[in-house]
Amino acid sequence: QKLTAKANSSYVVLDKQTPYQDATTYNNFYEFGTDKSSPARNAGAMKTRPWTVSIEGEVKKPMTLDIDALLKLAPLEERIYRLRCVEGWSMVIPWIGYSLSELIKKVEPTSNAKYVQFVTVEDKQTMNGLRYPVLDWPYTEGLRIDEANHPLTLLTLGMYGEVLPNQNGAPVRIIVPWKYGFKSAKSIVKIRFVKEQPATAWNLAAPKEYGFYSNVNPQVDHPRWSQASERRIGEDGFFTKKRPTLMFNGYSQVASLYSGMDLRKYF
Amino acid sequence: MPTNGTHAVMTFNPTPRQLSVIKVLIFLLALIPFVRLAYGAFTDGLGANPLEFITWNTGEWTLYFLTMTLAVTPLRRLTKWNWLVRLRRMLGLFAFFYVLLHFTAFFWFDHFFDVQEMLKDVAKRPFILVGFTAFVLLIPLAVTSTNGMVKRLGAKRWQWLHRLIYLIVPLGLLHFWWMRAGKHNFTEPLIFLVIVGVLLLVRAVWAMQKRAKEARQVRSPA
Repeated sequence: QKLTAKANSSYVVLDKQTPYQDATTYNNFYEFGTDKSSPARNAGAMKTRPWTVSIEGEVKKPMTLDIDALLKLAPLEERIYRLRCVEGWSMVIPWIGYSLSELIKKVEPTSNAKYVQFVTVEDKQTMNGLRYPVLDWPYTEGLRIDEANHPLTLLTLGMYGEVLPNQNGAPVRIIVPWKYGFKSAKSIVKIRFVKEQPATAWNLAAPKEYGFYSNVNPQVDHPRWSQASERRIGEDGFFTKKRPTLMFNGYSQVASLYSGMDLRKYF
Repeated sequence: MPTNGTHAVMTFNPTPRQLSVIKVLIFLLALIPFVRLAYGAFTDGLGANPLEFITWNTGEWTLYFLTMTLAVTPLRRLTKWNWLVRLRRMLGLFAFFYVLLHFTAFFWFDHFFDVQEMLKDVAKRPFILVGFTAFVLLIPLAVTSTNGMVKRLGAKRWQWLHRLIYLIVPLGLLHFWWMRAGKHNFTEPLIFLVIVGVLLLVRAVWAMQKRAKEARQVRSPA
C-alpha cells in the first residue's frame, strides 16, 4: 500500500540504499520468532487496523489516536537513515514519518516528564514468539525526553514509499538512528511520559550487555563481540572487509545530548 | 564381544561390500550441508546475510557430527552392532571438516585473514576463546585418525589422546550456549545438552558398573 511523502533533503545519506527484499526478510522481531527470517514468514497474521496508540502519563492532554489520526498529525517526510543493529550489521533505509516532537508538542508534557516509554503490542493470537520467555513481554523501550524531542527521532509509519510491512513494525514504530536498532521499538500501542527511567526489554534481559542508552559507539564493545566495525547488508560480501562503525552511527549532531556523560558507564 | 544365538534377530552384520556401500552413502549424506552452502553462496540463496548464515550453519553441523561421533559407542553396546565403530572415524573427520569451515568463515568474514586481529578477538572474548580451544584440541585428533598413526602411537596412548573428545564436546556446547545466552534463546542448546548429557552419562554408568564387577571378582577369586 502506497504512502506518499516529501523527501526531506536534510536527512539523506550518500550510502547505497539496502534492497527492499533484504530490509523486509532479515528482521529481529522476536514476537514472531527468533530467526531473522521468521518475522517475514509469520508477521502477516498481525492485524494493523484498527489500531490505536494511547499517549498517557505526565502530559496535560492525554489522548488516544488511531492510525488515520497519526497519519494526519504532521506532514509526512521521507528520510534516509542508516540503521545499525547491535549484532554488527547495518542497513540504509528510506523511512516515512515525522519527528516524534510533533506528537510530543500536541500532548503537552508536564515538567515531571523526564522519560518516554514505548510499549509495543502483545497479541497472543498472532504472535507465536510470546510463548517463549525470551524477553519480558510486552517489548518495551524508552528514551530520555530530550532524546525523544530530538528532530532525528522519527515517528515512523512507512518505508520505501509504502506503509510499514508488518515485520518492520507496522503500523507505527519509532526510529532512533543514532542508537542500536533494538531501541527503535516496533508496533507501538502506548507512549507513556514518566518521571523515572523506564525499564526496557533488553536491559531487563541482559543488563550487562544492553544498556538503557545503547548509543552506537565503536569504542564500547559488546561483551561478546567488537562494535568497531559492521557488515552492510546487501553490500559487504565475501571480498570486502567489514566497514568501520561511526560514532553515533554518523549522527554527530546528537553528541551535545551526552556532553559530560561517561559513555562507557552509560552504554 | 561375540554375539550369541539369542540375539540373532537384532544382529545385522554387513559384509565388507555392504559396509563399503554404507560408508559411501554416509559420506555423500555428510557432504550435503556443504554442497548446499556452496550452491547457496553462488546463487544468492543464503538470505540477506550469507556470511552470517555460513558461519552459523557450519558451527551447527560441527555440533551435529560431534554428537553423532559420541553416539557410536552407546549405540553399538545397545544394538550389539559392532561394525558401527567402523563409521566413527568418518563422522569425527566430518566434525573436523565443518569446524575447519566454521573457523575459516570467522577468520575470513569477521577478520578478513588478519591473524593479529583474529587472535586479539579470541583472547578478548571468552565465548570465542572457548570455541577456538575446542577447535585447536580437535586438530591432533584429526591428525592421528589414520591406522598408521594408531600403530605409531600404540592403542593405549591413542585412546588416551582421543579421550580429549570428552573435553572438546562440552567446550563446543558452552560456546554455542554462550552465543545464544545474550538473546535468551536456549531451545537448541538445551536439546544438545540433554543428548550429549545422556551420551556421557551412560559411559559413566557403564564405567562404574565395570569397576564394581571387577571389585566383586577380586573379593571372590575363583
